[in-house]
Amino acid sequence: MKNEDQQSAIKETVISIRGLHKSFGGIPVLQGIDLDLFKGENFVVLGRSGSGKSVLIKIIAGLLKPDAGTVSVLGQQVDQLNDKELQALRLRLGFIFQSSALYDSMTIRENLEFSMVRNFKTLSTKEVDRAVDDVLDAVGLKDKINAMPADLSGGQVKRIGIARTLILHPEIMLYDEPTAGLDPITCTEIIELINEVQSRFNTSSIIITHDLTCAKETGDRIAMLQDGHFTRLGNFGEVFDTDDIRVKRFFDYNFIK
Amino acid sequence: MNIKHTYIRIIDSFYWLIRKHRSDDGIFTHKLDRFFLETYDIHKFISRFFRELFTKPFEFREIIRQSYEVGVRSIPLITLTGFVIGVVFTRQSRPPLVEFGAASWLPSLIGIAFVRALGPLVTALISSGKVGSHIGAELASMKVTEQIDAMDVSAVNPYKFLVVTRVVATTIMIPLLMLYCTFVGMLGSFMNVHQNELTSFVTFFESAFAQVSFLDVSAAVFKSILYGFTIGIVACYRGFNATNGTQGVGRAANRAVVFSMFLIFAEELLIVQITHWIAAF
Repeated sequence: MKNEDQQSAIKETVISIRGLHKSFGGIPVLQGIDLDLFKGENFVVLGRSGSGKSVLIKIIAGLLKPDAGTVSVLGQQVDQLNDKELQALRLRLGFIFQSSALYDSMTIRENLEFSMVRNFKTLSTKEVDRAVDDVLDAVGLKDKINAMPADLSGGQVKRIGIARTLILHPEIMLYDEPTAGLDPITCTEIIELINEVQSRFNTSSIIITHDLTCAKETGDRIAMLQDGHFTRLGNFGEVFDTDDIRVKRFFDYNFIK
Repeated sequence: MNIKHTYIRIIDSFYWLIRKHRSDDGIFTHKLDRFFLETYDIHKFISRFFRELFTKPFEFREIIRQSYEVGVRSIPLITLTGFVIGVVFTRQSRPPLVEFGAASWLPSLIGIAFVRALGPLVTALISSGKVGSHIGAELASMKVTEQIDAMDVSAVNPYKFLVVTRVVATTIMIPLLMLYCTFVGMLGSFMNVHQNELTSFVTFFESAFAQVSFLDVSAAVFKSILYGFTIGIVACYRGFNATNGTQGVGRAANRAVVFSMFLIFAEELLIVQITHWIAAF
């Protein structure tokens, strides 16, 4: 444990959360979350539906405001930032929604270049085109450049969702249920893509999921979110080496004991 | 003291009065809570529009695209409605005028009716149904599928891209559609008059505009600008704040139409009154 503390001190912290509380309509969802995400790390948050996993990353991205506690992202306290500062910070964050949230009235090309052309006005058309080609190449969907989101399969939509964030070269990726609703083979492809993104773009990631295969394959550290706080934290083996019946049920369901 | 504190103090004063007469179950005050909160939200939404309107970046391409959607795509419906109203209104107005020996006043009546009321109102009501429901449903659908959040997290201001562009488009295009609707309506009217009295095109329009004053035209243009702004802002507000999935999308579209029509009638009453006061001077 001591050794782990020393390691933590050496590593650069990109997200630091202390005593985070959030409730909706008087119902507490997050009750004292403490979290450190280190540079280059994949941190997986596991938990049941409605346990507050998505709320956690929405607070990190500044989409929701915390009731109490501090959320520091890349050295900046998110809830203290004005609109411009928050916008600048968001350029360094990539958020992949559960539904991917592609703009359904735009083609894939327009989806990808949408934020780029608005945030980097000095870029030439050639540079934007090259960036679009590069990210489509990275997710293996170069041939879908002129397709509409409605024409893509579930797995392709997820890939384009990832490509849309990669085009801005974010330092931190926030994945909300990246494998939800996908078949096992497509899940494996998305898991491989998450790992590839981490190694190729050197990103730090928080991955929200209830898919243990995804957690095991992508997570450097895993946290179990229950009753509004992390009840288990460590690597895959450490988290599931417990007699806690709820954690065991989670494991048994995913791996068909 | 900022505007939020002033607003809260005004509401507190209201509550002080209400508490003296409230029922024990508190339902009355709960509904008032919602009403005041929504009023404050609408006020914030409109203030934000004017703040964002004059700050960079300006989404000119999107404004042009939305203007095309609002204006050009409404032309067939406005043409049909305006023309039919022109014909029907003339047919219905002729018998009583003929009875009083005032058939020659028909073009003037048509001109006044279309410029002062029919043109702006018909355009606004048709547009609130067609454009308002479209904007309300589109933004609500983007909201419930997290597309608006996706814009936010990719460092693009969704309010500027989605709301400002649409409200500007409706504010510019509705007055133009009103002028077009007035022309088409009077054309329909002319065809009916020509069929009966063989009046020439020039004579008809000269007679029609003889009684129309500058105040009538400017009031009509001003009204249409206000109607356009109302349709845009109400539809965007309802869409931007939609909740509850697909049900919320339908509700947002429905409320966008109903609420904007209600406001259009209220504004019409107010502007007619103001125009009369100005004319009396």
